[in-house]
Amino acid sequence: MIDTLCAVETPEGVELEFSPAGPVPRALAWMVDAGIRAALYLALATLLHGLGELGTGLLLILLFLLEWFYPVAFEVLARGQTPGKKLMGLRVLRADGAPVGWSRSTARSLLAFADFLPFGFAAGLTSMLVSRRSQRLGDLAAGTVVVHLAPAPRVVLPAPGASEPLAPPFPLSLPEQRAIMGFAERAPGLTPERARELADLLEPLTGAQGDEGVRRLQAMARGLRGLA
Amino acid sequence: MKQERFERTHWEEWEALAGMLAAGTDDPRLPQAYRRVCQHLALARDRCYTAGLVQRLNGLVMAGHQALYGSTLGLGPQWGRFLAGGLARSVRALAGPVLLAAALTGLPMVVLPLAIAHDPRLAYLVEEPEDLARMERMYQPGSGRFGRASQAQTDVAMFGFYIWNNIRIGFQAFAGGIALGLGSVFFLVYNGVHGGAVAGFLAQAGLGRQFWPFVATHSALELPALVLAGAAGLHLGWSLVAPGRRSRAQALRAAAREGMPLVYGAALMDALAACIEAFWSASALVPPALKLAAAAVLWAAMAGYFLLAGRRHA
Repeated sequence: MIDTLCAVETPEGVELEFSPAGPVPRALAWMVDAGIRAALYLALATLLHGLGELGTGLLLILLFLLEWFYPVAFEVLARGQTPGKKLMGLRVLRADGAPVGWSRSTARSLLAFADFLPFGFAAGLTSMLVSRRSQRLGDLAAGTVVVHLAPAPRVVLPAPGASEPLAPPFPLSLPEQRAIMGFAERAPGLTPERARELADLLEPLTGAQGDEGVRRLQAMARGLRGLA
Repeated sequence: MKQERFERTHWEEWEALAGMLAAGTDDPRLPQAYRRVCQHLALARDRCYTAGLVQRLNGLVMAGHQALYGSTLGLGPQWGRFLAGGLARSVRALAGPVLLAAALTGLPMVVLPLAIAHDPRLAYLVEEPEDLARMERMYQPGSGRFGRASQAQTDVAMFGFYIWNNIRIGFQAFAGGIALGLGSVFFLVYNGVHGGAVAGFLAQAGLGRQFWPFVATHSALELPALVLAGAAGLHLGWSLVAPGRRSRAQALRAAAREGMPLVYGAALMDALAACIEAFWSASALVPPALKLAAAAVLWAAMAGYFLLAGRRHA
């Protein structure tokens, strides 16, 4: 199966799944951060201009910090998210799913210089396209991944008793049961045409076509879920 | 157990864990609640419950994992141990790359001045004539740069410049190493050749009396800093060339972990060197003899630190 999901095993023995972010959202996040950095730099330059050479010295020191440690500060202190990543719903994690610390964050920030070479993040882009977890060189060396922050799925307890549950005419395996329950879970978000199209595939099970097939599948799903 | 009953039984526990995680405080009940939900996630997957439920539990476990396994160790004690000997140990552990980096920078620094003393025209092979002329003017006795007795403002500006420029060169010498070490070789050799040519040119022009006292003190920190950063980069590159019995990805991660202390050390030494260069080396108040004496002490201290510090287990 072609799947971008990655799993890591936690010390508790369960697998955590996350989806690594590809080049496009990361490039957008980088651009947002670059804009913020440029704005900060301009503000500082204006502010320190009045101080003459003293201001020049301070400005250069702040520019140094802004260049190299802007991402580090946010990634460590703001749970793996620079403002750009926050906007794009991304987060930096250790490859084992734990939050990044100072050392890894610094390493990936310094190596961004190598990712930029020979021009316009070409090395980093190549590395992201080739590596399984979409890691740039800095991520590979530091052992970090940038993942999509899954939006908390809105799961609400379904109300019981809307319609009579229906027993399937023959026993179903667990994955088959899950597929039917998954259909019922997603049905509210599907167009009626698409729902009918999917339900029609299961005519051998439901013995009906069209809206009746959809209704029967949902009734079976209620039964499988245990909604009486 | 049907999914419906499973959800109704544990719903409140999930809400409680989500509440604790959202509050973000250290709740003593968090580890237990987290481990219960870990078990629920495993059960939900095994029993083929719906994707929506599995996703929700996965999200909860993910957030709990972040909250529980985040590092809480403060930076203070780490830095203390690092300076007391951790840095020296890390450097000695990478003796091979460090010596190679030292040779890449050091050889041109020794060879070029000797060659230029033999034939001054050689300096023009590596440096632009205008740059050399500017250097010559700068180090003339009584020229602007060393008449600075009370220009604190200029000193601060130069300090900022050294911080911005020199630490960046170190970082680049490290990061460039990921290109199979070639980037590090470039930065090490380039700076060695540049420094060697300028030093050789000024010495043969008879300006050594101004030049040596100026560079002696801060170069005790600046040159080793470049060597350390470049050595970390070479180590990074070598891990890709010859990963040994590990995959290249594993070797690269290990090399980055082993090299990072050297990069921290280099940044710190560069910052100190910037202080010295801006406020001591350039000062006209300090007599040249004192600068040279301080340089001797500093070089000896550096050698002593890297050879001896951190030998005993604390």
